[in-house]
Amino acid sequence: MNSVGFLAIAIITLAGALAAATLPKLIHAALSLVIVFVGIAAYFFLLGAEFVGLVQIFVYIGAVAVLIVFTILLTRRDIVSDRGINWGGVIVALAVFGGLLWIILNTTSLALPAPQFEPVTVKQIGESLMTNYVWPLQCVGLVLTVALIGALILVMEEKTER
Amino acid sequence: MTATLQFFLIISSALFSIGLLAALSRRHAIFILIGIELMLAAANLNFIAFWRFGPQPQPPVGVMVAIFSIAIAAAEAAVGLALVIAIYRHYRTTNVDQLNQLKG
Repeated sequence: MNSVGFLAIAIITLAGALAAATLPKLIHAALSLVIVFVGIAAYFFLLGAEFVGLVQIFVYIGAVAVLIVFTILLTRRDIVSDRGINWGGVIVALAVFGGLLWIILNTTSLALPAPQFEPVTVKQIGESLMTNYVWPLQCVGLVLTVALIGALILVMEEKTER
Repeated sequence: MTATLQFFLIISSALFSIGLLAALSRRHAIFILIGIELMLAAANLNFIAFWRFGPQPQPPVGVMVAIFSIAIAAAEAAVGLALVIAIYRHYRTTNVDQLNQLKG
């Protein structure tokens, strides 16, 4: 594993995340979110979880980012007063980051290199989805169905008698 | 030097904090959803990193948890964005500071 590549991906991902969190225009933030998702997918590929990386690209970039862009289109009302930043949240986020960083740097057992491992094939993932994880799979299917029906009902035009 | 588990944990904690910043400090409702998506992505990165640097059990538990987490995140994004559209239709605003009708 090449550390220069890891650092480059880290810089790109974190810059995209900062842009997504702080850019004043909503559409720019939504498009920087795509950069973050590509960076995370690259980490999944480098860590040996190729299938999760592909799922990440399909679901997040293909569905979630497009959904966010369409929502921006449907709620288009760029008011300057909506662009403000609440500084209390910045302080809380910095405190959380400081605390997490302090804990991570003080835990000595974390500095281990990656062990050798057999690559996980899609066949293995499919077999465990159909055997050990069949109940979680059914529950996720139910959750997705209910969520999509709920989303449709929420945005359905209400018929008012006039 | 190769990348260690510590490196990935620092990256994902930075990503989580940036997501928390977006969720807590922005006033537009879609920015709050973007922050939640960033935090979920950081959690997924943590799942995969701990799985890769751990004892490699069979079946691949970390991959499974990450896949289910991505599915739940997709459902959450769909419902959240539908709620934003419904709120926009009702109140003609997406500024969460103005949505204070439940204030006592």
